[in-house]
Amino acid sequence: MDTLMTSSAPGPTAQAPIVSAPDPSVEGRPDVITCRDVNLFYGEKQALYDITIGCKKNAVTAFIGPSGCGKSTLLRCLNRMNDLIDGVKITGTIAIHGEDIYARGTDVTAIRKRFGMVFQKSNPFPKTIFENVVYGLRIQGENRRSVLEETAERSLRNAALWDEVKDRLRDSALGLSGGQMQRLCIARAIAVEPEILLMDEPCSALDPIATSKVEELIFELKERYTIVIVTHNMQQAARVSDETGFFMLGKLIEFDKTETIFTKPRQKTTEDYITGRFG
Amino acid sequence: MSARDFFFKKGEPMIWLAGTGLAVSLLLIFGLLTLVAVRGLGFFWPQPLVLIETADGKRVLGEILTREPVPEAKDGGQRIRVKIANRDLNGLDFRWIEEKEIAKRDTPPNALLLERQEYGNFHGFLKELRRGDEAIGGADAAGLARLEAEQARIRPAFEGLREMEKKEVGAINAALERDRLAVRRAEMKKDPDLEKLHAASAARQAELKRRYEDLRERLESQRRELSKVVATFVDANGKSKAVPVRDLVRIVAPNGASVWTKAGVYLSRLREFVLDDPRESNTEGGVFPAIFGTVLLVVLMTAVSVPFGVVAALYLREYAKQGRFVRLVRIAVNNLAGVPSIVFGIFGLGFFVYGIGGRIDQLFFAEALPTPTFGTGGIIWCALTLAILTVPVVVVATEEALAAVPAGMRHASLALGATKWQTTWRVVLPAAAPGILTGLILAMARGTGEVAPLMIVGVVKLAPTLPLDGVFPYLHLERKIMHLGFHLYDVGFQSPNVEAAIPMVYTTTILLLVIVVALNLTAILIRNVLRKKLKSSTF
Repeated sequence: MDTLMTSSAPGPTAQAPIVSAPDPSVEGRPDVITCRDVNLFYGEKQALYDITIGCKKNAVTAFIGPSGCGKSTLLRCLNRMNDLIDGVKITGTIAIHGEDIYARGTDVTAIRKRFGMVFQKSNPFPKTIFENVVYGLRIQGENRRSVLEETAERSLRNAALWDEVKDRLRDSALGLSGGQMQRLCIARAIAVEPEILLMDEPCSALDPIATSKVEELIFELKERYTIVIVTHNMQQAARVSDETGFFMLGKLIEFDKTETIFTKPRQKTTEDYITGRFG
Repeated sequence: MSARDFFFKKGEPMIWLAGTGLAVSLLLIFGLLTLVAVRGLGFFWPQPLVLIETADGKRVLGEILTREPVPEAKDGGQRIRVKIANRDLNGLDFRWIEEKEIAKRDTPPNALLLERQEYGNFHGFLKELRRGDEAIGGADAAGLARLEAEQARIRPAFEGLREMEKKEVGAINAALERDRLAVRRAEMKKDPDLEKLHAASAARQAELKRRYEDLRERLESQRRELSKVVATFVDANGKSKAVPVRDLVRIVAPNGASVWTKAGVYLSRLREFVLDDPRESNTEGGVFPAIFGTVLLVVLMTAVSVPFGVVAALYLREYAKQGRFVRLVRIAVNNLAGVPSIVFGIFGLGFFVYGIGGRIDQLFFAEALPTPTFGTGGIIWCALTLAILTVPVVVVATEEALAAVPAGMRHASLALGATKWQTTWRVVLPAAAPGILTGLILAMARGTGEVAPLMIVGVVKLAPTLPLDGVFPYLHLERKIMHLGFHLYDVGFQSPNVEAAIPMVYTTTILLLVIVVALNLTAILIRNVLRKKLKSSTF
């Protein structure tokens, strides 16, 4: 993580457009991800309008909003997963440490290696638990037994799964419970030492106990990673995140410290949403 | 709501209809299997030999096969069909006898059924056994015991002799042919040392010819030795027939035999059927070359069609830009499965045999021309023709399997920085493997049952050699093969003695079914192991 500390020249959006009251814990940290005037079109249909947002280092940034508001779309823009969809057009800039990831000639797989991604529905590979965790290393050509084993143990420990699976690393990952699978996916994502973790509604398919485990995990993981989480569970956003962006109909309505958003939002729409008047 | 309305609302009639449909299908399948099994498996069990005396004093000794009303008979008389064998004496194997003409029936315990090397079975009684001019056994039980002992000694020795002859004469012939081809090659290249080569070749050929003469003499003397013991039999009418014991494949005395003896005969016949070469233009003996040819053909066909089909499906589903063209290609591929298989045979003949095979001959086997090497039917062309025939099956099944791999899995892999190819190779293909194996199973089932196209690209009635043997390069892809499906057709419809061959048709059918089932079971077992490895979870 040393590289992260030193390499972060403040991005072009050091002064985020919507800034909350100063907070010693988050305020003043450099933005790792900066989005400026991002518009996204699925064919003719525009899904994102002029999004400008920054995600701070070693903080949890939550995107909330009603279904179809574009929060997941924005998340998938960050590691260029939207490239997989035909007819997507993106304007504006998205940069990591000031480096435009949509610049011509960018190696998409190299970009994706800097992110770990956890999906709404846990999606372990039909392989053993061990092979799931080391998959990222394998595709990078790492085949040394010792390295793989060490990484698997560390990642599983960090994902708070080690004690539950250490005796059955050679069993199929598809035999795990839902919560365990999701933590396995987190372990798999952090095994390749990414800088940023993207989480797309990671708890929406989990029961409350599994959810609380994953949330605790998020809390621990932000020590080492910059985390962006999409959730439609507002309590979850309030519990885990440092900053929150509220999206509606493809627009970023309000972006501020989580505390501010949930206690004294400046926009009427935000207030209506978080108090449950719609959504 | 009335009870009747409720009956219809619940969809009861449709359920009954669907159930009936299934029941009818099952009944048809099991009916067919039962028919084939009863007719085919009963064939090897020794039947009693009945001595029938007709009113006119003539006598026949035979197995009673069927009994039916005499056609157009007013008195409702029955007639029986008897297998009388002794083709060389009677000219016919079978006879109808009307029951009202029968004066006497008897099952003499000393009646013998002899399975012979030639002319089919002989039904009769032992008269005497001679070695040269010396009588060594009479018509009594001791004579029969002696006959059985001699047969048990002489028959295997004689077969061994023939095996050796085939092998050693074959080796000499192969050497002669190699030599001839070497000289021919040198002539075609206008080798400067041609004179010397000719001389050397002549010397070698003389040497080989001498070895051949030696061998022939040695074999001939052994054969004479084995031919000395001759048994004389008489048929029901007292006509006698001398048969060298070396030509007796099996001696059965069914009338006095216990169940265990009969079971022994049954197993021995079954063994012969599965493991031996055919005799008497395929109507007797075994079908081993056909079994071997069929299995090897299916294995080769699968080895070609599955990789091709999987690669094609992979491109169609994963890489090609989905659109009108890909849709057209997909429709075309699916429709390939509906083309009459003989068309594939004709294509195989034109493209593989004459086209590719002919070109290979010109390039690599020019010295053997005009005798074709690859430019004629062979197992490799059979395998390729069947492969084209079964590729659509593999493509369709693989495409389905690929489509069923959840998008989440691909995304997870891509999000980890894997390239599309890494994702396909490491995640998508393993996850689709059980579905691909389903395609393999379907392709094998289709390929094993196919006959028509093979008839013109390399399957023959009788192949002198197996495509796999001890001679370098061991797997002879250019050789013609025998095939169970074609064997069925040949024995059932093309043989000189169709009536005698009918049971063979049933037994061959069973064998073909057993092979299809065995191949499929293997694939299904593999698939189940894979499925277990990929078993999905329950929340």
